[in-house]
Amino acid sequence: MAAVDDLQFEEFGIAATSLAANPDATTVNIEDPGETPKHQPGPPRGSGREEDDELLGNDDSDKTELLAGQKKSSPFWTFEYYQTFFDVDTYQVFDRIKGSLLPIPGKNFVRLYIRSNPDLYGPFWICATLVFAIAISGNLSNFLIHLGEKTYHYVPEFRKILWIIPQKAVRWILVMIALGISGSVLSMTFWPAVREDNRRVALATIVTIVLLHMLLSVGCLAYFFDAPEMDHLPTTTATLNQTVAAAKSS
Amino acid sequence: MAEAEESPGDPGTASPRPLMRDLKAVGKKFMHVLYPRKSNTLLRDWDLWGPLILCVTLALMLQRDSVDSEKDGGPQFAEVFVIVWFGAVTITLNSKLLGGNISFFQSLCVLGYCILPLTVAMLICRLVLLADPGPVNFMVRLFVVIVMFAWSIVASTAFLADSQPPNRRALAVYPVFLFYFVISWMILTFTPQ
Repeated sequence: MAAVDDLQFEEFGIAATSLAANPDATTVNIEDPGETPKHQPGPPRGSGREEDDELLGNDDSDKTELLAGQKKSSPFWTFEYYQTFFDVDTYQVFDRIKGSLLPIPGKNFVRLYIRSNPDLYGPFWICATLVFAIAISGNLSNFLIHLGEKTYHYVPEFRKILWIIPQKAVRWILVMIALGISGSVLSMTFWPAVREDNRRVALATIVTIVLLHMLLSVGCLAYFFDAPEMDHLPTTTATLNQTVAAAKSS
Repeated sequence: MAEAEESPGDPGTASPRPLMRDLKAVGKKFMHVLYPRKSNTLLRDWDLWGPLILCVTLALMLQRDSVDSEKDGGPQFAEVFVIVWFGAVTITLNSKLLGGNISFFQSLCVLGYCILPLTVAMLICRLVLLADPGPVNFMVRLFVVIVMFAWSIVASTAFLADSQPPNRRALAVYPVFLFYFVISWMILTFTPQ
């Protein structure tokens, strides 16, 4: 009962008591096992799923279904509570990753993919992969410079010049593109949720998210590629990781 | 020897367990890792001595020799140790959260034992590095590390995949892939001065 009160859906009194009535409803009535799990690369994702139109069209039914599917009824200090955050299948994780890479304006990422089943698997392992990818590629540039120095004497100038200039330019371009894509996805996702609030609050939230995101990517770029120092990488990436986690969960 | 699922043996017995028996058990599990087939030995009679030996060996070999080459960026003993054990614990937690039916220590045991191919790769790389450095040297090491990395993944997947429902197998295997990839990277980039 105390756990139900911890959920923010306090204004929906009826739904809260119905949740208390069936606390062990493990099957989510939204993620229908009958729906096609295959990838559909060409046509937009919403076309193959009938319940999307209902969910996207009718706000009230969407919220009620979200609540009825809530299965976080265990107290937060048990293992089962966290297990509810990992109740995803492989194809769901792939779909969500694809959805975050290809923003489709008009289709809300949260409504389309997450619905009532947010998972911690995707964010956690994507962050972990990001941490290691940054550490490795920062190390890689350093390593290649060293390798060039030891073996080839005529190559270092060659390598250093060619490596650094395209590296900087290409990296900046890639980072800008990535920033644009994920920034737009984030904005589009949070905009409907925040639209109902006061105008200023909405704007401030969005601007903060975008700003933190920019800070993160620029910081990654500047810190790890221009001054590769591997001893400091593990600790700093841990800090950045927390910033990302804080930004994404806000 | 492990009688029950969870306990590796009763420490309260009157006679101490002979060392040779333990060493033989560890050796037998090494063989199971090197020639992975569908068998339950690693899961049934789990022990953490093998992983400990492997982890210490790996950390010792990856260590920097001299103090003034610290800036070149090589993992210290403690870093390797922490990465291996934290990584193994995280993968185990992830597997359990996804709903796998493998126990905590069994999973740690499997992951630790499957570092054996990478430790062998480290030994080979050390030997290869005694020759003169060059692109051939690097290619040989790269090839060895890639082969051993694939071997580790295959070995651990053979043991761990059965414990997950089929629609989540890839989710449980990906962290293992990442874990061994990071260790392989540390091995490959090891260059003593």
